[in-house]
Amino acid sequence: MPMSPRKRAQAFRGVQYGILVLAVAAVAFFADWEKFGNAFFNFDAMGTQFPGIITTALVNTIIYTGLGFALGLALGLVLALMKLSSVAPYRWIATVYIEFFRGVPALLVFIALGFGVPLAFQIQFDTYSTAAIALGLVGSGYIAETLRAGIQAVPKGQVEAARSLGMSQSRAMVTVVIPQAFRIILPPLTNELILLTKDSSLIYILGLLDTQYELAKFGREGMNATNSMSPILLAGACYLLITVPLGYLSRYLERRAGRKRDEGLEVTA
Amino acid sequence: MSADTGDAQAASGGPIVEITGLHKAFGMLEVLKGIDMRVERGEVVCIIGPSGSGKSTLLRCVNVLEEPNAGSVVVNGYELTDPDVDIDRARRSIGMVFQGFNLFGHLSVLDNLTVAQRKVLKRDATEAERIARENLDKVGLAEKAGSMPEQLSGGQQQRVAIARALSMQPAVMLFDEPTSALDPELVGDVLGVMRQLADEGMTMLVVTHEMQFAREVADKVLFMDGGVIVESGPPSKVIADPAEERTKTFLSRVLNPVHASKTD
Ligand SMILES: Nc1ncnc2c1ncn2[C@@H]1O[C@H](COP(=O)(O)OP(=O)(O)OP(=O)(O)O)[C@@H](O)[C@H]1O
Ligand SMILES: [Mg+2]
Repeated sequence: MPMSPRKRAQAFRGVQYGILVLAVAAVAFFADWEKFGNAFFNFDAMGTQFPGIITTALVNTIIYTGLGFALGLALGLVLALMKLSSVAPYRWIATVYIEFFRGVPALLVFIALGFGVPLAFQIQFDTYSTAAIALGLVGSGYIAETLRAGIQAVPKGQVEAARSLGMSQSRAMVTVVIPQAFRIILPPLTNELILLTKDSSLIYILGLLDTQYELAKFGREGMNATNSMSPILLAGACYLLITVPLGYLSRYLERRAGRKRDEGLEVTA
Repeated sequence: MSADTGDAQAASGGPIVEITGLHKAFGMLEVLKGIDMRVERGEVVCIIGPSGSGKSTLLRCVNVLEEPNAGSVVVNGYELTDPDVDIDRARRSIGMVFQGFNLFGHLSVLDNLTVAQRKVLKRDATEAERIARENLDKVGLAEKAGSMPEQLSGGQQQRVAIARALSMQPAVMLFDEPTSALDPELVGDVLGVMRQLADEGMTMLVVTHEMQFAREVADKVLFMDGGVIVESGPPSKVIADPAEERTKTFLSRVLNPVHASKTD
């Protein structure tokens, strides 16, 4: 006898719970909790990390990410406009750029910028600039695509209304389209910021002074110094300190944008 | 310099809109097949005709939201089909009201009315606000200045859109089926505002299916079908006593839709 769809769904849920219980039981049974606890939850080792992990590492992570994001946003906006341009070569250049930087691992961008560029052009940026540029390049491809989608989601009638009031194409873009696009793209842009926060852990490649340590590097140095895994666990927790609130912000903005859209529909329908 | 109205060449006594030999195609589809028409100062001209006959396209050629393929469009002294003409400047004197309102969703009602005054006409904020409030009052929505567009009914949004266009102090107003997206009970308010505008002497070019409005307000009615103007003249001729068979068929359909659908 074939099961009814509702029965089938119920049975499937039961299987899912069963797998979960088995997995948890297996971990609890097979893991060596004492060794694990000593390595990862050594609170003395964690204590030695303060206050530097906050005052230096967390702050640096935020600075690197913030600078990178700002640059990525500026670059991304230019690329998005190029991709929407009526001039075909602009579109091609933007497409190639975006595909390249979206496809290449962030680590390679950091290596290229930290070592390739100084060799090739005999210029050496300071660490903060290099980090910001590298993160900006890594983020700009994704950000450009997000912005382009947002700009295209603004109804065409908005531009027509603006043009019919005598605004130029660029004036209409700045005054009418981009502000409305931002409302749409704020949630995905916040997710972008979360990814960039994690990518900032690759900055260690550049070779950092200890005042320049960000969370990942700080945690690894801490591991060496204390001979324990605990500092890196603490660093991980600090990432969550940044990314979890951002995640909530993103979902809040998404709900708000969704509500706005629904209300708008109700009125005009 | 008339930075204030953009109405530079309006002093000449000729027609406000003069279209000759206008052709427009989208790819292979020829939508306008040689249009000749004019709108005199202070005149209200209504364009009627079946769906797909090219009414919107014609209207959009008047402010070059659609680029004509051939022919000439002269509005308020600007030869819009001349590539040397500053189209943004010319558009300042051509107000347009859309079927879907197209209010700027991120701006309050008041800002919708002031933004182009400030950014395009370079009016200072106080002056722009004064003119905006004047026009909001005219459309009966003075108390909605602080609202967001999404908080208004469709009829209110359309009246705000009219006030927004009026705030640029245009020489001519274009309306593309301004009431056809509205619930029936909201249509009257918008038509009332348009009637009042006509009484005040505003030059208007209106695409509409509201035969009552056309009959009572229009000085001239154009019947379009298949990309040409089939018949034109005062409403007492074109609507009440049409000469062309195609006009008669169309009118019998819109004026008596139940009967028409039975005989279709
Ligand atoms: N941007 C466009 N691209 C391609 N075809 C178009 C475009 N705009 C309009 N058309 C076509 O041109 C023809 C005339 O369209 P138009 O909108 O001017 O008709 P209309 O008389 O305003 O009709 P309605 O009463 O339905 O609004 C239609 O066949 C339409 O599909
Ligand atoms: Mg139309």
